[in-house]
Amino acid sequence: MPSEADTTEEVVDEARRALLEALSAELGDAFVGSDLVPGKDLTIRVATEAWGDTALYLRERQRFRYFNWLSAIDWLPSPFGRSLDAEVDKKLDPEASAAASVELGSGTTGGDSRFQVLARVHSLTTNLGLTVKVDVPGTGDGDLSVETWTSVYPGANWHEREVNEMFGIHFLGHPGLRNLYLPGDFEGYPLRKDFPLLARLVKPWPGIVDVEPMPGPSDDSPSTDNPEDTL
Amino acid sequence: MTAISDRRQLAYIAAQAADARVNVELEAEGMTLNIGPQHPATHGTLRIVARLDGEQVIEADPVMGYMHRGYEKLAEVRTYPQVTTLINRIDWLGSFANEVPFILAAEQLMDIEAPPRARHIRTILFELARIANVTLFLGDMGVQLGAVTPIFYAFRDREHILNQIESATGGRFHPNFDRIGGVKDDLPAGWLAETKQSLGEIRKFCDQMEDLILGNEIFQARTRGIGVIPADVGLSYGLSGANIRSSGVDWDLRRDGAHPGLAYNDVEWRVWTHPDGDSFARYWVRLQEVRESCLIVEQLLDSMPSGPIMAKVPRIIKVPEGEAYVETENPLGVMGYYVVSQGGLEPFRVKIRSASFSNMSISPWLLKGTYVPDVITILASLYFILGDIDR
Repeated sequence: MPSEADTTEEVVDEARRALLEALSAELGDAFVGSDLVPGKDLTIRVATEAWGDTALYLRERQRFRYFNWLSAIDWLPSPFGRSLDAEVDKKLDPEASAAASVELGSGTTGGDSRFQVLARVHSLTTNLGLTVKVDVPGTGDGDLSVETWTSVYPGANWHEREVNEMFGIHFLGHPGLRNLYLPGDFEGYPLRKDFPLLARLVKPWPGIVDVEPMPGPSDDSPSTDNPEDTL
Repeated sequence: MTAISDRRQLAYIAAQAADARVNVELEAEGMTLNIGPQHPATHGTLRIVARLDGEQVIEADPVMGYMHRGYEKLAEVRTYPQVTTLINRIDWLGSFANEVPFILAAEQLMDIEAPPRARHIRTILFELARIANVTLFLGDMGVQLGAVTPIFYAFRDREHILNQIESATGGRFHPNFDRIGGVKDDLPAGWLAETKQSLGEIRKFCDQMEDLILGNEIFQARTRGIGVIPADVGLSYGLSGANIRSSGVDWDLRRDGAHPGLAYNDVEWRVWTHPDGDSFARYWVRLQEVRESCLIVEQLLDSMPSGPIMAKVPRIIKVPEGEAYVETENPLGVMGYYVVSQGGLEPFRVKIRSASFSNMSISPWLLKGTYVPDVITILASLYFILGDIDR
C-alpha cells in the first residue's frame, strides 16, 4: 500500500486521505480494506452484509450523488491457462507462461472469495471518484448473491442485469433481473474465467505475425523539428 | 417565444382531452408498439418495446444485445497493444477517443508518461474525433424531426475532419493510432495548416446549423420541454457528457479529470451548460461544444511542441500487477476502463464503462408518459451509438 505522498499531487492526495479516514471511521466494522494511489484513485472494500447500506451511506452522507458503473471480477485463474495463446506469443513471454498463476487472486484491496462485485461512484462536490468492492462468497453454483443498489441509485439497474447474466451473481431486491444482452435461454456465464472462449478453441489464434518495430533506445527517436510542421 | 408555448399548451390540453375521450369510449387496454430493431433513430440495432395508451407511452423497455460483441471477454486473451484494435469499434463515430482512456490506464499501471508532442497529437486527434462524431449528431437530429437537409451538410463537412484524421493516421474511422507511451507516427508535413482550414469549415457548419435548426420554429416547438431530465435524476442514472451538462451540471472530465497523458491544461476554453435539461438544451450544448473543440484544437496546433512522439517503452509490453481505472470525456460522455493486470501480456480483466450504456439506462424512466412522436425526439437527443451500448 503506497504510503508516501507524491509531492506534485499533494492537494488531491490529502483530499483522498481525509475521505479514506472518514470512510474507515464511519463505516466501522463494514470497512475491511482499502487501497489509496496518491493523486490517482481510492478503492475500498466493504463487508458483504453491509453492501446495500454502503450505497445509502455514500449517497446520503458522503454526497456521492453520481453513480458511475457496477461490475464484477472473477478471480479464478483461467483453467485454460495460456493455451488460448499461440506458440509464437508464448515465446515472447516465457516466464509468464511458465509461472501461470494457480492461486486465486484478490486484487489491491484483498479478499477471500472468487467473485467480487465492484462499483464506482463520483462526488461532484469534491470531484473525487471512489471504487467500492465487496466479496461475494460462494462457489458460483447458483449461490452468489448480494444486495441490490437500485433502491439507492436507479442507474444500477442495467449494470446489475449485466453482471447477473455475465457472472451469475444474483442481486437481492432487484426489480427485474432479466437478461440484458444474451438470449433468455442462454446457458452459462460468459465472463467467468471457466467459460471457454469458443472462437479460440475452434480456430487457434495465429499469434503475433507482424510485430510493429518500436522506437527503442538505439533507434533514432522520430522527432520533428520540421519548421513547416510547427507552423 | 410566448406564442409558441401558448400554442403548445393548447395542443397539449387538446391532446389530453382527446385521450380522455378515446379512453372512455374504448376502454383501451393499450397496445404494444415495436420501435426498431431497424429504426433509423437508433444508430445500430436497438429495439424498444413501448406499451401505449392511445398516443401515450405507459412503459418503454429497450431490448439490446443485437450487437453485443463481448469485448470484455475478448480483451482477456489479447495483449495490450492488440486491445486497441477491438475497442476502436465501440463508438465507431469517434474511434480514436475510445483508445485514449485504455492507453492512459495502461500508462498509469506502467508508470509511463507520454512526451509533450505525443500528448498534443493525442489531444488534437481526441478533439477531432469529437468534432467528427458530434457533427453527425447535429445533422442527424434534424433528420429525426423530419428535416432532411442538415444531414447532407453534416456528411459534407464531417468529411473535412475525416480527411485530416485519415492523413494523420491512415484510417478514416478506425485510426488505431494511440500507443502506450505516445502515438504511432508523427504528423505529416503541412497537416497543421490543413487542419486549421478544416476547422474553419466546421465553424461555418455550426453557424449554419444554428440558423437552420436551432432558430427553426418547428424544431423549437418539438424539442423545448420535451424529455426533461432533472439534474438529480440524471446523476443517479450515471448520465454523462452533454446529456448531463444540459441539465445544468457543470462537470467535464477534460477540465476536472487530471489526465497526465493529455494536454487539456495547456489550453483555454470553457464548459457549456444549459439549465433546461430538455431535448433542445442537449442539442444546444453539443453545438457549443463543437465550437469549443475547434478552439481547443486551434490552440494546440499553434502551441505544438517539437520532440519525440514516444516515451521509452519496452519492446514487449508487460504491465505490472495492479488495478487502474481511467475515464475521459468522450464524444458521447464519460468513457472509462477498469484494467486489472496480473503482470502478464494480457489484461486479467477489462471493465468497459461506456457512455451510451448509462445514457440509455435512463430511457425507461424518461420515455414513460411521453407521446410517440416525442419518443424519437428524445432518443435522438440523448444521442447514443449502439456499439457503445452493446460493446
